[in-house]
Amino acid sequence: MSDSHTPYHPRWHRQRVSVWWWLGSARYARFVLRELTSVFVALFAFVTLAELRALGQGPEAHARFLEHLSRPAALAVSLVGLAFVVFHTLSWFNLAPRAMALRLRGRRVPAAAIAAANYAAWLLASAAVAFFLLRR
Amino acid sequence: MPETVTLSVSRYRPEHEREPVFQEYEVPFRKDWVVLDALNYVKDRLDGTLSYRWSCRMGVCGSCGMMVNGQPKLTCSAFLSDQPPGPIRVEPLRFFPVIRDLVVDLGDFLAKLKQVKPWIVREREKPLSEGEYRQTPDELDAYKPFSMCINCMLCYSACPIYGLEPSFVGPAALALAQRYNLDSRDQGAAERLERLSGHGGIWECTFVGECSEACPKNVDPAGAIQQYKVSSALAWVRMLLPRGGA
Repeated sequence: MSDSHTPYHPRWHRQRVSVWWWLGSARYARFVLRELTSVFVALFAFVTLAELRALGQGPEAHARFLEHLSRPAALAVSLVGLAFVVFHTLSWFNLAPRAMALRLRGRRVPAAAIAAANYAAWLLASAAVAFFLLRR
Repeated sequence: MPETVTLSVSRYRPEHEREPVFQEYEVPFRKDWVVLDALNYVKDRLDGTLSYRWSCRMGVCGSCGMMVNGQPKLTCSAFLSDQPPGPIRVEPLRFFPVIRDLVVDLGDFLAKLKQVKPWIVREREKPLSEGEYRQTPDELDAYKPFSMCINCMLCYSACPIYGLEPSFVGPAALALAQRYNLDSRDQGAAERLERLSGHGGIWECTFVGECSEACPKNVDPAGAIQQYKVSSALAWVRMLLPRGGA
């Protein structure tokens, strides 16, 4: 594009997007925070896989693994991670109705019903996991 | 109630300035005035050199979209009295090249809009003698919200992905593509698939959701894009299944 202005080749102004664009509004910042939560989701998945591996290596290896996890630093990381994972889950469950345009008998299923179904499935899955983990 | 309000308007006259500068105008503060009324006051009474687009003054034409205090708004429906105290900042729509003052170039959007074929595509037009293409109210409801788009470009200025990734087709064009994909009379979904699912298509969207917040017509482009992602992913899974999922 020509750098000088002529009536037929106007010099347009293009604003570069700053790398700090997401600090401009609370909603953009919340979005970036939601994207960052995926790091903690990955961390939880990694810890779970590591625990499964320790389980496979026998009761002693699993006990050692749990001992590592119960250190203060690991507990702190787990607590921060849990907060991010809960935020991740809540924000995506609340967004789910926008992505799912379900129709039943020709009518669109209300957003609240889709969100409620997600929360119900979450509760059920959590209860099932708690049942298996806590039973003696 | 104050008698006047200050408009801080972005000016860009390429023959004078290399970068946009702000110019302040003192305009009457009237309860029934919108930002567009204030701009028209400036143009008529204070400074005839100010350039901006507008037409219908009633939220139908989609011409008067600008950034008002940093938010993409139709200036014909942004009341002066709804703005926080202090100067009201009026800037051209974000993420578009500025031609002059508050006027931006929309060529990029128009080219992308054409690529998604926002019209009814038929494999074979039926002859007039067979009558019209009929539709039930439920079939109409499936796409009607997405048909309310007035191409005002507020959603593009709300979408950081469009600002960061110039190849992104963008919210309005994707919502309009989905509007035709969901139309029971249309048979063009397969033709649109490559542009919508390919580079710069739906997968660029990270569901910031601000396009739907900015939309003055409640079109919900973010919802349209996510719904298309779901149907596109399902189509891909069906393709992987034996005998095309049949």
